[in-house]
Amino acid sequence: MSNDIKIKKGLDIKLKGAAEKAVEKAIISNTCTVRPEDFHSVIPKLAVKVGEKVKAGQALFFNKTNESVKFTSPVSGEVIEIARGEKRKILSIKIQADKEQSFEDFGALKVDSAKAEDIKARLLASGCWAFVKQRPYDVIANPEVAPKAIFISGYSSAPLAADLDYTLEGKAAELQAAVSALAKLTEGKVHVSVGKNGNSPLAGLSNITLHNVSGPHPSGNVGTLINKTDPVNKGETVWTVAAQDLVIIGELLLTGKFNAERLVALAGSSVKKPRYFKTKIGSEIATMVYDNGVDKDGNDRIISGNVLSGKQVKPDGNLDYYSNVISVIPEGDDYEFFGWNKPIFNKVSTSRALTFSWLTPNKKFELNTNTNGEHRNFVITGSYEEVFPLDIFPMQILKSCLYQDLDEMEALGMYEVAPEDFALTEFVCVSKQPHQDIIRKGLDLMLKEIG
Amino acid sequence: MGLKSNLHNLKEKYKGTKMAPAFNAIHTFLYLPNETTHNGTHIKAADDLKRTMNIVIMAMVPCLIFGIFNAGYQHYSAIDAAAGVVREVSLLGNFITWDNFVIGAWTVLPLVIVSYGVGLLVEFIFAVIKGHEVEEGYLVTGMLVPLIVPVDIPLWMLSVAVIFGVVIGKEVFGGTGMNILNPALTIRAFLFFAYPTWMSGDKVWVHGATELAGTPDAISGETLLGAYAQGNTLPNIDLMDMFFGFIPGSVGETSKLLILVGAAILIFSKVGSWRIIFSTLVGALTMGLIFNGVVSAEWIGESSKFYGLMNIPFWQHLIIGSILFGAVYMATDPVTASQTNKGKWIYGFLIGFISIMIRVFNPAYPEGVFLAILLMNVFAPTIDHYVIQGNVKRRMKRLKVKTA
Repeated sequence: MSNDIKIKKGLDIKLKGAAEKAVEKAIISNTCTVRPEDFHSVIPKLAVKVGEKVKAGQALFFNKTNESVKFTSPVSGEVIEIARGEKRKILSIKIQADKEQSFEDFGALKVDSAKAEDIKARLLASGCWAFVKQRPYDVIANPEVAPKAIFISGYSSAPLAADLDYTLEGKAAELQAAVSALAKLTEGKVHVSVGKNGNSPLAGLSNITLHNVSGPHPSGNVGTLINKTDPVNKGETVWTVAAQDLVIIGELLLTGKFNAERLVALAGSSVKKPRYFKTKIGSEIATMVYDNGVDKDGNDRIISGNVLSGKQVKPDGNLDYYSNVISVIPEGDDYEFFGWNKPIFNKVSTSRALTFSWLTPNKKFELNTNTNGEHRNFVITGSYEEVFPLDIFPMQILKSCLYQDLDEMEALGMYEVAPEDFALTEFVCVSKQPHQDIIRKGLDLMLKEIG
Repeated sequence: MGLKSNLHNLKEKYKGTKMAPAFNAIHTFLYLPNETTHNGTHIKAADDLKRTMNIVIMAMVPCLIFGIFNAGYQHYSAIDAAAGVVREVSLLGNFITWDNFVIGAWTVLPLVIVSYGVGLLVEFIFAVIKGHEVEEGYLVTGMLVPLIVPVDIPLWMLSVAVIFGVVIGKEVFGGTGMNILNPALTIRAFLFFAYPTWMSGDKVWVHGATELAGTPDAISGETLLGAYAQGNTLPNIDLMDMFFGFIPGSVGETSKLLILVGAAILIFSKVGSWRIIFSTLVGALTMGLIFNGVVSAEWIGESSKFYGLMNIPFWQHLIIGSILFGAVYMATDPVTASQTNKGKWIYGFLIGFISIMIRVFNPAYPEGVFLAILLMNVFAPTIDHYVIQGNVKRRMKRLKVKTA
């Protein structure tokens, strides 16, 4: 049983430097850093002290408002530093990794016969709960609320994204265990989307409702899948899990170990040899980007995540908890003479205002981080709708977030969206407005006021 | 690299001071700024507001150039007409001539300079006081204004109107993007209501007509629309003249051909909304047809003062007056138009519809386009509201189905 979802509105941003399908084992990172800020709206309560030994899968901190949600260490080793910022906010927990990794043993779980509570308890105890996110609000799921459905996108359409068909290859057993377990946590369906022309291992799983998606980005966004199949209404909750995290969940259920290993794409036009790495969550970026990657003194931006929604990191920073791609693109901190009126061939544009990317639809571009203009009020209308497939008015919902009208935000569909759904509208925005940030702040406001 | 680094140093020096916006306005005019993205999307599309506005200006340049020649041509043509000589227009023979250009440039360019000079000065002052960047909106407004005023408007009058339009029409709302009314039309409306004797009547549309009025050399400065409203017509003007624009009128709005070229540029570059342009024309044609119907049903006699304009074949409404100019350059202003795609259809249609209605029923000043657009500017948020409610209701309905 499968359904087709065809997206027409959207934009494929074709960039140079997609990762070649070759895996290299990354140099084992000496340290592993977990940043509480990766888990939005979680207030951490520490469970470890500096100097303490931890095993992989042992809790580092809890969610203060819901202590059953634990965040565990991806590696075994010694906690060497807990960095704090203003008001003693915990910025990061750094662990010196052991040479020989030891795992906390949670014990294998027979998914088919296990009860829903046992599965839930296992996911919470092992830290795998962090991979389960919910909408509304795009935060880590509240384990007490049963979702009406669970959504997994197995198709990556974002620019330079890791090809999920490739990274999930050979993981069918883990994926099956994970989706079967998740299926027990909801009364509704587990919706899984795969690329129409791909050969995703997800397509062969049972206990799921399969959707074949096609069309330009954001066809692979889980938000698009939700909106096209079973949109979130007021008072409802859905869960989303990233496909690569299913592998970790599945391995936990099958072996009892929290093995935070993942296949990460190193991509971008600044990378000499873009390829895949096998590494662990929280590893130092430096272990991957320099060998046949970027120049040490190059003026590049390193992003943990994709170029649309990722987080800027320094070379001594670390892979964040959710990303499976590291993108490196040139910085654009230079002036361009008459850059605002001369004809432009080397940048992407959806208009034809002396921009000629429409002439070369298959060209791969080398974009930098220049904003190509200054921040302005919203002026141009109609351009967002061309790249926004959801049944929502993008500009109006953004404006309602800006003037913080909760009723209007609710009516216009804030329960259905996540910041990443507004990545493309932000990309094409002539006024250079920070759409994802506006939506994030709007969601935070609703979370605080409505809950 | 000298200029680039010097300007960069100056920018750093001015940073945080009151003069920073003024300096940045000039700096960013020369160089695309070195600003980079922060968190959010790390890459951005090539277009910015300056580029978008620049396309609109370029789409208007042909109209301006034509307007310059036409100002001269109409001047000499009216003098000939006063002397009893009827001119046949010939593009290279007596239209694109040095004499026409000199007269035209001498009357039109001061309008452009005053419009930009005064308007940008106000913009800079507000930017410095309020500490925001100088916004690009006025680049288009400043170009529109000279095109929609009569050639012989006194410059002081234009200055007063521009100040009023920029301050009341835009800055009090918070600048480009926040305004409710189209600033260029606010300026036009101010002129119309503050100096009605100047802005209507049959003297101001041809250069020299006002000065020569009452003298033995008096020439006619009437527009075609004015003549139609009186139930007359102007001598020696055929449909092709109207289409190509060899007729008296506001500076830049006479050549329908070049406006269509501008429309093509705007639509092709995706800067202007084809939905608005198209639906405005449909609205105008609809109203024109209705009036034609009224005439052919003989509900209205030839003695009626509305007869003259009602009797024009409906499609000719598009090539007389400035309905086409308004549809292409004014109604499409994204800030003051409807912002939803469905709303744009309704908004445009009503502009066209009301324009022709005002044109016919207001013989004292028979051009209704600017009033119609201003009126619809006010109603655009209402139109959007109902379009959005459709989406909201669909969402509510989904919820009810679930709970039921």
